[in-house]
Amino acid sequence: MNTQTTKRPLSQVFSKLGPLIALVLLFVVVAILNPSFLAPLNILNLLRQVSINALIAFGMTFVILTGGIDLSVGSMLALSSALMAGMIVSGMDPILAIIVSVLLGTLMGMFNGLLITKGKMAPFIATLATMTIYRGLTLVYTDGNPITGLGNHYTFQLFGQGYFLGIPVPAITMIITFAILWFVLHKTSFGRKTYAIGGNEKAAIISGIQVNRVKWMIYGLAGTMSALAGAILTSRLNSAEPTAGTAYEMDAIAAVVLGGTSLSGGRGRIFGTLIGALIIGTLNNGLNLLGVSSFYQQVVKGVVILIAVLIDRRKA
Amino acid sequence: MRIEMKNIHKSFGANKVLDGVYFTLEPGEVHALMGENGAGKSTLMNILTGLHKKDNGKIVIDGKETDFQSPKEAEDAGIMFIHQELNIWPEMTVLENLFIGKEATNKLGILNTKKMKALAKDVFKRLGMTLPLEQEAGLCSVGEQQMIEIAKALMTDAKVIIMDEPTSALTDREIQRLFQLMESLKKDGVSIVYISHRMEEIFTICDRITIMRDGKTVHTSPIKETNFDEVVKKMVGRELKDRFPERRPKPGKIVFEVKNLTRKGYFENIHFSLRSGEILGISGLMGAGRTEIMRSLFGIDPLDEGEIFIDGQKVTIKNPYDAVRKHMAFATENRKEEGLILDFSIRENISLPNLFSLAPKGIVQSEEEEKFVDMMSKRLKIKTSSIEEAAGNLSGGNQQKVVIAKWIGIGPKVLILDEPTRGIDVGAKREIYQLMNELTDRGMGIIMISSELPEILGMSDRILVIHEGKIAGELQGKEADQETIMTLATGGKLHEHTNN
Repeated sequence: MNTQTTKRPLSQVFSKLGPLIALVLLFVVVAILNPSFLAPLNILNLLRQVSINALIAFGMTFVILTGGIDLSVGSMLALSSALMAGMIVSGMDPILAIIVSVLLGTLMGMFNGLLITKGKMAPFIATLATMTIYRGLTLVYTDGNPITGLGNHYTFQLFGQGYFLGIPVPAITMIITFAILWFVLHKTSFGRKTYAIGGNEKAAIISGIQVNRVKWMIYGLAGTMSALAGAILTSRLNSAEPTAGTAYEMDAIAAVVLGGTSLSGGRGRIFGTLIGALIIGTLNNGLNLLGVSSFYQQVVKGVVILIAVLIDRRKA
Repeated sequence: MRIEMKNIHKSFGANKVLDGVYFTLEPGEVHALMGENGAGKSTLMNILTGLHKKDNGKIVIDGKETDFQSPKEAEDAGIMFIHQELNIWPEMTVLENLFIGKEATNKLGILNTKKMKALAKDVFKRLGMTLPLEQEAGLCSVGEQQMIEIAKALMTDAKVIIMDEPTSALTDREIQRLFQLMESLKKDGVSIVYISHRMEEIFTICDRITIMRDGKTVHTSPIKETNFDEVVKKMVGRELKDRFPERRPKPGKIVFEVKNLTRKGYFENIHFSLRSGEILGISGLMGAGRTEIMRSLFGIDPLDEGEIFIDGQKVTIKNPYDAVRKHMAFATENRKEEGLILDFSIRENISLPNLFSLAPKGIVQSEEEEKFVDMMSKRLKIKTSSIEEAAGNLSGGNQQKVVIAKWIGIGPKVLILDEPTRGIDVGAKREIYQLMNELTDRGMGIIMISSELPEILGMSDRILVIHEGKIAGELQGKEADQETIMTLATGGKLHEHTNN
């Protein structure tokens, strides 16, 4: 009996730490091949690069935990960014514009949620459709051109470009958001319901959980996170690109999966997603430093995802 | 085929499941394999059919030591295992299900539907089944799906058939038909291992019996040399005076009432009421609409017409959330599919419908949660090393206790139990009956759907018999007997007392 009680947590700990171990290994390999990878400036740069994908992936984690998927995150990012840039150009206070655009992102996500719950559509189909719709609306609104001329607003630029205590502001935003969402997922009834829906939706409904309401809010959250990431991107570029965020859903899903969350829902952790996003960021950053062509980079990223999933399969 | 299993040992991790089991199966016998859940019956059969590997011991088949490496090898040797969990592909037709993985084809791999249909018709005739072969299997009742599984085994010319709780979802007529078939298989020299919790069946159909307890064989004998009480005693290792604890109902005022409930195509014009402290038994054949009525009034399925009253107040229940908020609780018949989240721990499962009180401001109060779950788990005597154990790892009886525990927590006025003891062992059954007594003593009203007539008769204060979606009759618990219920359940009319 004793061996059982000590053995099981150990293997559980190992499976929990799997993504973290992979990240550390990756760090070591890249650092050996090119020691300048470990330079503080590069690490801070890495954190900033990671933040946009990480924020989207946090929202995606909730969606995937319920057994769903959101393909429209990149398009929601683009549309909310374009609307935000438009508001700034037309003279709105940039900080207010950020807030409004994040709320608009929430509404876009809630629209997805409405299609999925009230409309009873499969999440893949519903968000595939809205991915195209939101992207199309972005192109209509911007007429296909970047929106520039956002001015020289200090606080606004700080949001994507600045530093606080030597740490890039986007990285701080990422960490604070992570802390809040970690708390929501693991310490609140909302988080418990999220897992319950993915674990067994029928049992969750019969237990009196308002499954549709929870899902609706979760798709709203995915929209919020995309718009927040969009605000960071727009601030960093000081312009809104109509094609911004294209294929971001893939990186977000990859981060969630690398972090050990099951695509069928019910199992996974948001901490894993943070690590997953860092693994993808390290690959991008490291491969750049090592001078690998961007064509090969894609191949390497795909192979890493395959290996991670294969290892995960073997454990299960 | 003669099978001898000698001194079989098996551990999963540090957990010893089989500890020196002996089991012999003679050609042409029906051999009952009895034991509480967790006694090791399924593990023993899984070792025989190559799903699990034994740690130690010997399996001798027809004088030759044998060790199947996979269920496929065992099947090829003529040993078929009909599992308790049904392997039905609901979107495929009955015919496709019958031949899954064993399709008859020509040399090019093209399906020979004609041949398969002929074979299927033949086996259906032997089973007395009249199921259309082109129907989607998902549209069949659970009982019919069970019969499909049995038909699958029969088509393989098996020499040994292992049946794990084959009758749990069958109607009496289907059971009779199955027993007739077992008799004729016996004459052909086929041996059958029969795992069941239904004592009446064991004594009707079996020739010999082996009883297991805690991973050991405790008894083997011809069935004639033992009796009901001895079997129960040997299974649980202690005296069980009676299967049902005595009920001393003290019905109070009406807590729950429904009027004119109708869902077209499922049931119509259903009325009944339930008093506090009362157990209302709902009886009827499989597919009569018993479960459907409960699902609709709990807001899982729609309702076309009807009124629901709780404590005399008319209520609207659009979904289970409304029902739970109105202090209704529903332990469904299939705990794995609808009752539990198998990945969740005992703690998380029990607190699920109680989150509004355990997380009043949305933040789960871990300490309160733990205390609450601990209390519930002790009160229901859930056997586990920790409340952090995943529900999926528990035995059937313990899983059922978790389902009931989660509902008791909300303090229901009405507790609906659908087949509360299906597939669980004698000891756990009695514990659940005692719990039902305890709950009604405290004033809870219980609606119990059950296909086991002894359970209906043993526990109900009042009995409602459903036939084809309508109430066929209402009986007081004391005046009811199996015959009366079966007459009503099959659409028969009771003779008026004055005529007798």
